[in-house]
Amino acid sequence: MRAYAIRRLLALIPTLLFASLIVFITVRLIPGDVIDLMLSQNDISADKKSRAQLEAALGLDTPVHWQYLRWVGAILFEGSLGRSLWQNTPVTELIAQRMPITFELGFLALLVALCVALPVGIWAAIRQDTMGDYLGRSFSILMLAVPSFWMGTLVMVFPSIWWGWSPDIQFVAFHVDPLRNLGQMMPPAIILGCALSAVTMRMTRTMMLEVLRQDYVRTAWAKGLNERLVVIRHALRNALIPVVTLIGLQAPILIGGAVIMEQIFVIPGTGLMLLDAVSQRDYPIVTGVFLIVGVAVQLINLIVDLSYGFLDPKVRYR
Amino acid sequence: MKRLLVRLLREKPLGAAGAVICLVFLFCGIFADFLAPYGYNQISLLNRVKPPSGQFFFGTDNLGRDVFSRCLYGAQLSVIIGFSGAALATAISAVIGIVSGYLGGKTDLVTQRFVDAWMSFPELIILIVVVSVLGPGMGQIIVVLGLLLGIGGSRIIRGTVVSVRENMYVHAAQSMGAGTLRILWRHVLPNVMPPLIVLFTNRVGAVILAESGLSFLGFGVPPPAPTWGGMLSGSGRAYMYQGPWLALAPGLCLTFVVYAIAMLGDALRDLLDPRMRGSR
Repeated sequence: MRAYAIRRLLALIPTLLFASLIVFITVRLIPGDVIDLMLSQNDISADKKSRAQLEAALGLDTPVHWQYLRWVGAILFEGSLGRSLWQNTPVTELIAQRMPITFELGFLALLVALCVALPVGIWAAIRQDTMGDYLGRSFSILMLAVPSFWMGTLVMVFPSIWWGWSPDIQFVAFHVDPLRNLGQMMPPAIILGCALSAVTMRMTRTMMLEVLRQDYVRTAWAKGLNERLVVIRHALRNALIPVVTLIGLQAPILIGGAVIMEQIFVIPGTGLMLLDAVSQRDYPIVTGVFLIVGVAVQLINLIVDLSYGFLDPKVRYR
Repeated sequence: MKRLLVRLLREKPLGAAGAVICLVFLFCGIFADFLAPYGYNQISLLNRVKPPSGQFFFGTDNLGRDVFSRCLYGAQLSVIIGFSGAALATAISAVIGIVSGYLGGKTDLVTQRFVDAWMSFPELIILIVVVSVLGPGMGQIIVVLGLLLGIGGSRIIRGTVVSVRENMYVHAAQSMGAGTLRILWRHVLPNVMPPLIVLFTNRVGAVILAESGLSFLGFGVPPPAPTWGGMLSGSGRAYMYQGPWLALAPGLCLTFVVYAIAMLGDALRDLLDPRMRGSR
């Protein structure tokens, strides 16, 4: 197990290198001069600085490959992603402040998704082709089609018209007032969670259907075990691996959705920071968030891969 | 083709319904100029925030523009962006997937690591970053979305190619001395057509959703262009409390179309390629 984990970590290195290249190329090398854009649009961040100062601040005064090496070097050896052009604080510090909020939102959304997807998926599989099955499946396809930003908009507008209730947009951190914080986080988490649950529910149903037809499940029934034991202990455990893989694959979608939810519900997480940084043209922050998101997704997938060993005793890592 | 249509109607009624809605959507998009009773940016200050009526089917917005007409023109934008974005994405998936899957070896390994890295970025975040550098606009969105979804989708095509590569007829063509390009064109491409068609269908929906999300955040096609996502954001948002139809109409259009495309895509997948069942 440990050897596998180490090998898997090593395999992460080329992927992360590619990821850093993608980030670098996307932000730095796209046609169109960032500095021109900043100066011409009379940005706040460009206001007090001359062209040469801006170039130095962005590290654009050296050849491209040096820029890349210097950027990667600073990350590896100093753990530094540069400083915000606008606030002059280290980008890592800013991300560290915002990251837990986005993480909380993502975690709650995932929790909601699992609480919806697993029971409904299992139910739909046991009662295949009944009314409940059809309802569950229709719900899941509908959830795939409803854009989360529209759901968010509806949640902002209609309760306010009907009952005069609107979500609390004065953000309160979890450690200050846990209840109020959860009250704020739940509406966006439920919307995101429902969207995520659609695919997960379909996968749970498909896998359960496949496993329920296996011989060992029939044996379990024949032994006279009750339904609960057969379904949970014998079927679900074996159906779970592809479901867990799918959850790992959905991590980028979850993070992308969090950006939109943070915007609608004014939650000061990483997504809102990215949007603000983009409109202020604060490129060190944009680059930093971009890279951190990529690394986070890779790590989530690593954890997913390693979790197979706990879920399925048949899986042995060598 | 005709047989496929008959099977779609007979075996997949939901998919057929989706196909009909897709056709209506295409029709509205293509003929928006003739169908819309008003211009998409025809401001009438006398008719601000009017509820739906015989004159304005979906009501009017805060500038007195007819929401129904704007939704029709929104369909036009969605058709243009959705189809060209999806076409580009499918073409890119085909090229990367076929080359990487057929050549195998080091090329495949390096390409797959790159695709891995690429897939770890949420598309919305790449889009926001790219648009922040390039500035908003329809061309940028089509190209970026095409590239983005194209690289991700190449996996599905690669998987099919890897199994096609080992077929007897490919080996036969190789031993007869056929060139790589000829084999790819005559033997591999026709065999990956079914997944390509399914991929294209799904991508139309994905591109439309991504574009509307981007327009919602203000990074899409800039106003006054009536994109469905854009209509839900911006200055009109404050007026939704007086005119809830402003929040309903564009979202319903979007959901309806994406739902229909998903149904059609699912049905096509089951009819064309049983192996892809259950995958995204």
